[in-house]
Amino acid sequence: MNALLGLLRKETLHILRDRRTLAVLILLPIVQVVLFGYTIRTDVKDVRLAIVDPTPDATTLGIRARFSATGTFRTVAVLHSASQLERLFQRDTAQVAIVFGPQFGETLARGDAAQVLVITDATEPNSGTGRQNYVNAVVQEYAAQLAPRRGDIRIETRVRSRFNPTRQSSNLFVPGLMAMVLTIVSALMTALSLTREKETGTMEALLASPLRPWQIIIGKVAPYVVIGFLSVIAVLVEARLIFHVPMRGSLTLLLFEGLLFILVSLSLGILISARTSSQRVAMMAAMLATMLPTLMLSGFVFPIESMPRALQLVSYIIPARWFVQVTRGIMLKGTGLAFLWPETLILGLMAVVLLVASARSFRIRLD
Amino acid sequence: MARLLRGFSMRRALALAHAEVLHVVRDRATLVQLIVVPIVQLLVLANAATFAIHSSPIYVVDMDRSTASRAVTNRLQASDYFRLVGYSSSPGAANEAMLRGDVSLTLTIPHDFETQLVRTHTSVVHLDVNTEKGSAANIVQSYAVQILNAYAAELGAEIMPRESRTGRIVTVARDWYNPTLNYKHYMVPGILVALVTIVGTLITAQNIAREKEMGTLEQLNVTPITKAEFIAAKLMPFWVLGLVDLAAGLLVGYFVFGVPMHGDPFLLFFAAGVYLVVALAIGLWISTIVETQQQAMFVTFFLLMIYLLMSGLFTPIDSMPHWVQLASELNPVRHFVTIARAIIVKGAGLREIARPLGILAVYGVVVLTLAIRQYDKRSA
Repeated sequence: MNALLGLLRKETLHILRDRRTLAVLILLPIVQVVLFGYTIRTDVKDVRLAIVDPTPDATTLGIRARFSATGTFRTVAVLHSASQLERLFQRDTAQVAIVFGPQFGETLARGDAAQVLVITDATEPNSGTGRQNYVNAVVQEYAAQLAPRRGDIRIETRVRSRFNPTRQSSNLFVPGLMAMVLTIVSALMTALSLTREKETGTMEALLASPLRPWQIIIGKVAPYVVIGFLSVIAVLVEARLIFHVPMRGSLTLLLFEGLLFILVSLSLGILISARTSSQRVAMMAAMLATMLPTLMLSGFVFPIESMPRALQLVSYIIPARWFVQVTRGIMLKGTGLAFLWPETLILGLMAVVLLVASARSFRIRLD
Repeated sequence: MARLLRGFSMRRALALAHAEVLHVVRDRATLVQLIVVPIVQLLVLANAATFAIHSSPIYVVDMDRSTASRAVTNRLQASDYFRLVGYSSSPGAANEAMLRGDVSLTLTIPHDFETQLVRTHTSVVHLDVNTEKGSAANIVQSYAVQILNAYAAELGAEIMPRESRTGRIVTVARDWYNPTLNYKHYMVPGILVALVTIVGTLITAQNIAREKEMGTLEQLNVTPITKAEFIAAKLMPFWVLGLVDLAAGLLVGYFVFGVPMHGDPFLLFFAAGVYLVVALAIGLWISTIVETQQQAMFVTFFLLMIYLLMSGLFTPIDSMPHWVQLASELNPVRHFVTIARAIIVKGAGLREIARPLGILAVYGVVVLTLAIRQYDKRSA
């Protein structure tokens, strides 16, 4: 036991002495919360609008005034012909353009249908669609006011946003962020710290010491569990203070699930270190096997439903996918084990299988 | 700069660059890192990084069970955007499916839906949107509303004779640059930028940190090789590699994902050449402040994460708060993302990308000078 304590002390000193890595480890979660909170947004706002109005009249001016009145649009150019639009779009000066047909007001006054062409920069399809809908709504609203038609059928939709009424993106990414931070700290750092001992040849000294293999693993891994836990708490506190992310379920359950996820990630880290001999290879393996999937395939940023079938299947074996579901359930929906037992069971099974596998792969001998 | 270039020998620099290339080619790990990893990333990311909505699971609670309510349900079901996973006349099961996260949207049709439509021409339906799905929620909602409105308009057209519906404003929509609304056309150029950035910055930082860690940097310092030669020799192979990766990525994008190239490829490579100087210089700068490979990786990862998230690569810059938009002007990745999308997707020419390209050029000179000076100080 004394030997184990000694190893723990040595490991802690190692971590504390490497200031740069420590700084990144501490700063990473804190900066990530702010970054994700402010950058992962897709709201349509401050749309740059170009207007092509060959024959301005009362009607077109009325519609144009309506666009300025919404506050969502900023008119960046008023042109007489559509020929210059291309350059405005290519320079990203304009994002959407409305092109009035010639003699717009006259056509309308005659009782004919007058045409408005709505051109959207659809490079990014979702915001493109969003802007288009917005423009349509403004034009149609004007049209309705111009000629109120009786007998029109209306289906009114009353929308209720479940779980995240303000649609704050921060509420959604904080759960995923915890998975990300835990993966970096538990899987990546563990893999690196074990392979470094191999690379520098000090693993031999450790193995020759009276320490048992499991004690070596615990000694190497325990400090990172502590750091992982602390970062999770830091993320939660910060998310609460800056973005007011709710915590509707049980914190104890969340921390327990966090522990499960830490065990899974640690085992992955140990497994990686058992198979690799240099830090560079370990880094790459950890990036490919743990970090990228956590970022891309966990539903953390990109919805899993939108992915092709094959990737959806792959996501089933990504621990972070289940962890993200669990944390979102607890934090946003306030659900407990009654709803989350399948995910918890899967995480538990993964933890058991990976722990056994990693314990067996950590051999006493060096090759 | 002039002092730095004194005694610069192209021959020595090339010899060292040659040694570097041999190292890369011989070391399988590096080769994998440089070529296989980027391609795999491109293939996975282009498929995974999508906010596109396609057969999103919905639940309909139909309390009316009338012709109209069934017609609405059929419309939703028939659309490509939705997939009906549940249909019942009471809300219990729907609520549970929502709590489990199985559905993205629940449409509740009240029991007097059809009666109200007939009597007052106005009816109310309730949409419960699962906002747990993030930005997808907004899009899902707008598609559902569109379908409902289209149905209402159709009913209206049936009731009202055609002639009386005059004086209308017709909007015709055009989606420029991405008429099929294919998310990959948006993501692939962005991912390519990310890959070029990672290769350029991470590999440079790691490579020099490795020389430091193994002590070979000191050996190089006692040879007649000057600092400038050393830096040139280190950066040249990775500059070329970055361009090779870009070319490979463009080919994969074109042949696998059908991402068209609307602009001039030479202009893109020219801009990439300028941008890579920035990326490599940042890597060089990182290598001067770290001692081990592990640190190099962590610092690079940290910086790149900030750069990439604030570049508008995944989500549009225009949706970010104003101060983030201002700060992102300082982000070289943002400018190259803009350039890459403008050239590849919109077919922009030199005049259209002059501003971001100019910023990148200035950036390159500044960062490279800073990194070289810092490098001097540290090892002098």
